[in-house]
Amino acid sequence: MKEVSELSFEDALAELEETVHRLEEGDLTLEGSLALFERGQALAANCQKQLDEAELKVQQLLSTPEGEYRTAPFDAQE
Amino acid sequence: MSWRQQTLFQTTYTVSQITAHIKELLETDFTLQDLWIEGEVSNASQSTAGHLYFSLKDEGARISCVMWRSRAQKLSRPPQDGEQVEAHGRVSVYEPRGAYQFYVDTLQPSGLGLLYQQVEALKQKLAAEGLFDEELKRAIPPFPRVIGLVTSPTGAALRDVCNVLRRRYPLAKLLLSPTLVQGKKAAEEIVRALEALNAREEVDLVIVTRGGGSLEELMPFNNERVARAIRGSRVPVISGVGHETDFTIADFAADVRAPTPSAAAEMAVPDQVELQATIAARRDQTARLTEDGLDRAQRALEAQTQRLEHASPRSQINSARQRVDELLSRSQTTLRHRMELRRERLKGLQSRIGSLNPLATLDRGYALVRHRRTGEIVGQVGQVHTGDKLGVRVSDGEFGVMVE
Repeated sequence: MKEVSELSFEDALAELEETVHRLEEGDLTLEGSLALFERGQALAANCQKQLDEAELKVQQLLSTPEGEYRTAPFDAQE
Repeated sequence: MSWRQQTLFQTTYTVSQITAHIKELLETDFTLQDLWIEGEVSNASQSTAGHLYFSLKDEGARISCVMWRSRAQKLSRPPQDGEQVEAHGRVSVYEPRGAYQFYVDTLQPSGLGLLYQQVEALKQKLAAEGLFDEELKRAIPPFPRVIGLVTSPTGAALRDVCNVLRRRYPLAKLLLSPTLVQGKKAAEEIVRALEALNAREEVDLVIVTRGGGSLEELMPFNNERVARAIRGSRVPVISGVGHETDFTIADFAADVRAPTPSAAAEMAVPDQVELQATIAARRDQTARLTEDGLDRAQRALEAQTQRLEHASPRSQINSARQRVDELLSRSQTTLRHRMELRRERLKGLQSRIGSLNPLATLDRGYALVRHRRTGEIVGQVGQVHTGDKLGVRVSDGEFGVMVE
């Protein structure tokens, strides 16, 4: 299983949903359900943190003389 | 006399009467009540009340036009002298001046009608080809990571999209593929910008957008190559061209049509406010479900502990002790009961014995006779001889006799 901190937002959210689902099924060992609980809390905290810290990144595609494209930061003025 | 020749059979009208008659003639003519007129604007002016007055003319004629304020308000700008326009409306009479006038309800630059027809024809053609079919529409990914944006780098649309994404889902990355969005070269550039985004694997979704404009300004989005490029895109495309009321062919070809650039951005991403509520709810759910699980385990443990106690030796000893107590108390009861019975029986026997006492017969006048000497009870005559001294016992005492 991946470290929670390595997960993308959508993967963490999907795993959080899955965690709730498995807890709902209920046929778990006590140890298993406690492990799931801790994982679920960590996943939720990670999702929240990612949203809190996110800042929209804007880049633009620029064409090169060779007819290729490269990305460059785009300063989106207000 | 010639000026009176007609009077016998002809009516003379008042000015108002004949003007009303003319008006009625014009207003019952189908052509004059619903028509387009093309011409050059001259003498355009606007009254303080907001009504528009102008003439339409060509080489040979001119017609006075009125556009009431309610209609004139809807124009993006008032008509200018010298401008070629197409006007729609009806012809009627303004009685006070005895003038016929064109009452205009729609006014647009000349050639626009043709433009509409071309757009409509292209739309029909592509629709017949199946380019707009519902089953071709793809779903927008729920959490796009990289959103490609085809728009002008200087337009208001870009700013609107950035603002919405920043507010709703700043986790997304926006990749701008800059392009012209109006003018002759725009269609070609839009296609190229879209293809450049499609070539990049990280792009999950493309928004094609520009702000509102006239039909001519929006024409690049009514272009066949643009429509085909949108339909052929590797990733889903959201179109947001112009205002709510503007529909372009790009909108029909796109997977999702948004009414404005901001709306396109809103449709592209989830809302972080809702997401945060979902995350909080899931976190609470994991806590509650785990607690439930612990409670269940606790109850199961208690149930097993009870069963274990029932099965333990101590409990067996306890129950054996109880059994002994019970037996003891039962045996005591039984014993007591039996003794009681015996005591009763003894009493019965005593009373019976009492009734068998031989002395009791003395009361009825019998006597008991014994030899004084030997104490032997005399039952038969042969037992005594003359001169023997005998004791005679009666009920209340004894006296002696001598045998004769």
